[in-house]
Amino acid sequence: MQAKQIPIGDAGPRAARATIPDRLPRSTGELLLRWEVLLLIFLALVILINIQLSPYFLDPYNLSDATFSFTEKAIVALPMALLIIAGDIDLSVASIIALASTAMGAAAAAGAPTPVLLLIGPIVGLACGILNGWLVTYFAVPAIIVTIGTMSLYRGISYIALGDQAYRTYPEGFDYFGQGYVFWVVSFEFCLFLVLALLFGLLLHKTSFGRRIYAIGNNPTGALFSGIDVERHRLVLFALVGSMSGLASVLLTSRLGSTRPNIATAWELEIITMVVLGGVNINGGAGTIPGVFIAVFVMGFLTFGMGLLNIPGIVMTVLIGLLLILAIATPILIRRLTLPRRRSA
Amino acid sequence: MLNATRHQREIALAGIVILLIFLIGLRAPIFLTPTSLRDVFSDTSILTILALGQMLVILTRGIDLSVASNLALTGMLLAMLSTIAPGLPGAVYLMLGVVIGLVLGAINGLLVWRLGIPSIVVTLGTLSIYRGIIFPLRGGAWVNSNEMSQPFLGFPRFTLLGFDMFSWLAMLIAVGIWFLLAHTRFGRNFYAAGGNPRAAVYTGIDPAREQFLAFCLSGMLAGLCGYLWVSRYAVAYVETALGFELQVIAACVIGGISIAGGIGTVIGAVLGALFLGVVKNALPVVGISPFWQMGISGIVIVIAVILNARGERREGRRILRPAAAA
Repeated sequence: MQAKQIPIGDAGPRAARATIPDRLPRSTGELLLRWEVLLLIFLALVILINIQLSPYFLDPYNLSDATFSFTEKAIVALPMALLIIAGDIDLSVASIIALASTAMGAAAAAGAPTPVLLLIGPIVGLACGILNGWLVTYFAVPAIIVTIGTMSLYRGISYIALGDQAYRTYPEGFDYFGQGYVFWVVSFEFCLFLVLALLFGLLLHKTSFGRRIYAIGNNPTGALFSGIDVERHRLVLFALVGSMSGLASVLLTSRLGSTRPNIATAWELEIITMVVLGGVNINGGAGTIPGVFIAVFVMGFLTFGMGLLNIPGIVMTVLIGLLLILAIATPILIRRLTLPRRRSA
Repeated sequence: MLNATRHQREIALAGIVILLIFLIGLRAPIFLTPTSLRDVFSDTSILTILALGQMLVILTRGIDLSVASNLALTGMLLAMLSTIAPGLPGAVYLMLGVVIGLVLGAINGLLVWRLGIPSIVVTLGTLSIYRGIIFPLRGGAWVNSNEMSQPFLGFPRFTLLGFDMFSWLAMLIAVGIWFLLAHTRFGRNFYAAGGNPRAAVYTGIDPAREQFLAFCLSGMLAGLCGYLWVSRYAVAYVETALGFELQVIAACVIGGISIAGGIGTVIGAVLGALFLGVVKNALPVVGISPFWQMGISGIVIVIAVILNARGERREGRRILRPAAAA
């Protein structure tokens, strides 16, 4: 009876993916309905409500503090967006952060200077990412299940190394990367995020590498037949996510000044929420860096505003969870309400 | 009935679990006593029940990340009920747990079925939502054992023929789901929906509806485990079973349930859970720090994933053929 619209498991939304053209001429109406524009309106609402509710929200020092709570996650969200657009996912990012932090802590305890630590973090992350990518591509196993395994493995190594102990001694100058300011209230972390967002935006939207990511996410077989080395691209993306997680680990470790095995617990969920809220299709093939960029601020300011109102963190997670589901459900409902005839015809 | 080639993976896994138990016994003979093994089984029963529910969802190509949050919320609601109405018998909590779990599971299922949202996104959301709701229920305060009623705490500890209710429920549910999957149309449909959704549609099965039903069952079992968990550890708080969903999925992966859908057996899920349970209980016995547990289960999952990937590639998807012939 509804042969035209058969949701086949999780592959349901895939049906829409085939219709993504290279460039479409856009009317003003379509432009207004773009996900990024809707997100921007929502962000403006969040900011306005926050200003109404709390006189402390607009304080530049407060806003600067607010950025610290989401910058590290946002830095991982950028490569994660690319990976999800290519049709994969990495649930092990938070564990990579923990393992990289543990490695840096151990090196610092052995007397390594700051420049060495700055290398160790991303290199450990890169190694973890390559292992993920190799397992996924060589054995042809779904990424979600491989990274659930390595998620336990990487954090498990941290637990084996540290147990209930912590690394607390880091060399002088290391604290700058997570705590330092470039000028006035603008932190080093935040500047780094802005630069990386620009780079990832260019990579995805202005290079042939970026175009190939969409091609792989939309139709891996088709991409293969058009001459793209799909497996190698997937491996590179996993390596990219891993090394960015290592970089985020440098910032987080530097900011906290200590390493425990439970560092960054459950960050993978928040990072993926950022990406999905940013309009990236969880099944791959669609999404933009500007969307993720705005979503980062939506989530950051939403949680910061609620924090100013003394709403407990655990209650915020309810709203973040609702936001995630609503972000996906709303466009589906709108589409269904505006196109009721097309389905029954 | 027991086709050796079809059950190769389960037989190998059973061999590994028995070998593991035997090796642990070499170092610590006390582990091999019936009491000790029974305790391990009882301790693993909650994981087993949850893995069975998760298996149904994975069979239909879904994933349920919200089970631990469902468990925690249901457990908290029941614990609060026991402080208000101490006279209620234990069986009432059991049934209420199933009902509350069913509601939470059905919410997941409806979002997947009716709106077509990928199950990983839905349950990622409800994972936060269900756990977050616990906080305002009691303002973040715990429900401690001295506040819980006697029937609430005592019911699962009731022993019959040497096994407590935890173990009996796990066994009953395993047999029930085995019967469902092997001998009813309702159960076979799960395999059909996950094995080849497109073909399932042509035979009159709506794969998304099967996902909804799987989520309902997974939710019911999670709710039941909510009661079992809170009553076992005699405390209910916001962080109950935090992160436990990953162990549940790990048990399924070790048990050979394919994340691609359509492949998996009850014996596999039970053995996967038992494997993790044996490792967890054996570590302190053989004198290894419990901090090794996460790393060990991680490496086991990775190895299981690799082995299963090879097995699937060789055999192909033929899960329905024997059933059609039978």
